[in-house]
Amino acid sequence: MSLPAAELSRARYGGRARYGREALHAEWTKLRTVASTGWLLLGAAVLTVAVSTAADAGATCLSTGCQADPAKLSLTGVQAGQAIVVIIAVLVVSNEYSTGMIRITLTAMPRRLTVLAAKAVLVAGLVLVAGAVAALESVLAGRLILPGHGFTPAHGYPPLSLGDGPVLRAASGSVLYLVLIALLSLGIATAVRESAVAIGLVLGLLYVFPVVTSVAGNQHWQRHLEQIGPMTAGLYIQATANLGSLPLTPWQGLGVLALWAAGALIIGALIFRFRDA
Amino acid sequence: MTTITPYRSTARDPRDGFGQLLHAEWTKFRTVRGWVIGMILAVLVTAGLGVLIARTTVPSCSSQSSSGQQGPVQHGAACGQPSYTVGSGGVLVQDEFYFVRQPLAGNGSITVRVTSLTGLGSEQINGQPAGSLLVPWSKAGIVIKDGTSQGSAYAAMMVTGGNGVRLQWNYTGDTPGIPGAVSAASPRWLRLTRDGDMVTGYDSADGTHWTRVGSVALAGLPSTVQAGLFVTSPLYTTYSSSFGVGNGSSSSTEATGVFDHVSRTGTWPASAWTGDDVGAGNLGVAQVPGYHQVAGRFTVSGSGDIAPLIAGPLNHGPSITVRDFLLGTFAGLIAVAVVAAMFMTAEYRRGLIRTTLAASPDRGRVLAAKAIVIGAAAFAAGLAAAAGAVLIGTHVARSGGSDLFPEPWPTELRIIAGTAAVIAVAAVFTLAIATMVRRSATAILIVIVTIVIPFVLSAPPGIPASLTDWLMRITPAAAFALQQPAPQYYQVQANYMTSSGYFPLAPWGGFAVLCGWTALALILAVYLLRRRDA
Repeated sequence: MSLPAAELSRARYGGRARYGREALHAEWTKLRTVASTGWLLLGAAVLTVAVSTAADAGATCLSTGCQADPAKLSLTGVQAGQAIVVIIAVLVVSNEYSTGMIRITLTAMPRRLTVLAAKAVLVAGLVLVAGAVAALESVLAGRLILPGHGFTPAHGYPPLSLGDGPVLRAASGSVLYLVLIALLSLGIATAVRESAVAIGLVLGLLYVFPVVTSVAGNQHWQRHLEQIGPMTAGLYIQATANLGSLPLTPWQGLGVLALWAAGALIIGALIFRFRDA
Repeated sequence: MTTITPYRSTARDPRDGFGQLLHAEWTKFRTVRGWVIGMILAVLVTAGLGVLIARTTVPSCSSQSSSGQQGPVQHGAACGQPSYTVGSGGVLVQDEFYFVRQPLAGNGSITVRVTSLTGLGSEQINGQPAGSLLVPWSKAGIVIKDGTSQGSAYAAMMVTGGNGVRLQWNYTGDTPGIPGAVSAASPRWLRLTRDGDMVTGYDSADGTHWTRVGSVALAGLPSTVQAGLFVTSPLYTTYSSSFGVGNGSSSSTEATGVFDHVSRTGTWPASAWTGDDVGAGNLGVAQVPGYHQVAGRFTVSGSGDIAPLIAGPLNHGPSITVRDFLLGTFAGLIAVAVVAAMFMTAEYRRGLIRTTLAASPDRGRVLAAKAIVIGAAAFAAGLAAAAGAVLIGTHVARSGGSDLFPEPWPTELRIIAGTAAVIAVAAVFTLAIATMVRRSATAILIVIVTIVIPFVLSAPPGIPASLTDWLMRITPAAAFALQQPAPQYYQVQANYMTSSGYFPLAPWGGFAVLCGWTALALILAVYLLRRRDA
């Protein structure tokens, strides 16, 4: 007597939840045993902190009216560190294609969306950890360096502290920003498969909006472009001063980035599901 | 017995045919559809972004600005093209000063002694009340000028607030004389002589020992010129770039110079001095600009400047330059770099490198052929991209009424060809990196971190200038200095930040930094390519 195939599968793997756990475990094994993952995560954190520290050290505030946003300033490095986050996320997918591993992966785990979901969860988790470390260190560096450059209570700037609501929102939001950037990259990499093309596309998409809006003399265009750009809108989450002049609230801005990430993941998932590997 | 002639191939030694190697690499490049599409995409993205940027610079006449940030100083109507004075050298200039003059017929000279130069600030600056403020480039001296119309040719000897004695001519010329400040105890003697088209400036600390500062030719100077005393004082400006948007504040200042021992040679047909507020409208601060004369002693007050207008945001000249239209270069550069990286890494991924090296065992030559092919293709793409962005962008901005800085054609040519050169050398740099690391993701990572991120950090005015200055000096991104749209004048204080298009290195100096990094990468790439198994 033999069980039907579906019954056999259920008996052996314990249903969908078990299958998901297996997929996660498999993806985690792949990620953890590749040396570059750890180095890139470390690199993302180090580059973020280094650029933030350099920005802190380059800033000065001479009087009370210097229109500064110390929390945003101390998190400047996110703009550079995100480039490495993009690469981490892209490699999770494109490495499988460049080595042919994808065919083994899909033979072992035929449910493609589960595979993609497992990859997304793992990448998000890893970037969350690296991003949290980077954001904490950046705020700490700002707390130590900025008072020496005129950001003193006398000029209206108490030392940065995560106990302060807006600063906490800026720091934790920066971590979420990096996670969403990773998911956006994962979606695009799943769609185009080739690592170099995916990295070029994501970074072009991210950086093009701040560069174009930096010279826009036309207020209407400037605000409009800023609020649809994944990087410009997403980084509103770092703003703690002059919130009224932003085209969107900080969380709405992060929401725009989340929409971009969701769109990229959906397109990536559709292509992944219906195209031959 | 028969002799056997050994077989000798009539085919040429493949190592002799570098042309064939080039042809092989060119065939590899042009037959991969994705790479050709990538190059075309680079052109379309760069030129398209240029047009988009040009479109966003067009002022929106119907809606008024709502945010609190300070924009560029507005000249003329808020909507529509501001009008600028064009100087004798063809550059846009400011020509506003108080002029105490007489006509001088034919050759002659004028000599004066300056005993004092003081200044006044207008409004509160950084919380300080209005009061004594001598800006470094306030000027008092003598001038020989082709009439009193703004923008006409001139040569002038002057004392300045903080830069000693200067000989200046035709707005952009500037030569230093005696350093140090002027005072009653340490006066300065100035002399200008006119001989045909030549005007020569002299200075002296005591009126007897004279030093020639320089001679300048003012082409087409009429036989009768206006000559006399002048005083002017530019705006007092402060800039900060650190936070969010760039900020600048400026307020007018006024300077007062005291002159005596005025002596003249030659034919001066008028019987008395005339006071003229050239370019009136920039009236002074506490006093009304003007002069009075008591027993051969002239006290002259003026406000304004005789200097080129500086382009860019927060400056007095046009705020838009063609460099703005080229900000999309970085996106085109990413596309080209992706193609350049894959041009090498695809060989490893597909195993083609073994065939390539079997056919052409001299590995250095293989890399050279690849570099020439990708460099030439990138240059062509870069040229099309930059020309499209600049020419179409200029047309869109002009027809929309943008405040666009007029570019002399040699500069425009340097910007367009320079952009193509930057993209070409960056492609070779990427190829060399890809040869070293063999993986396209890593190669792209290195190129993005060293070229794209420094550029992106320096484009918007949000990052401290000390950081972007260093990035633009030492990273390969320094080559973007080739896109600098206007010179930086030592004798004009202005916003010369990287975000406004003023780079810390000279255009070709910045390009040399990129070439240096590329040469280093190529040497390492050849070394590794020869040493490692393929």
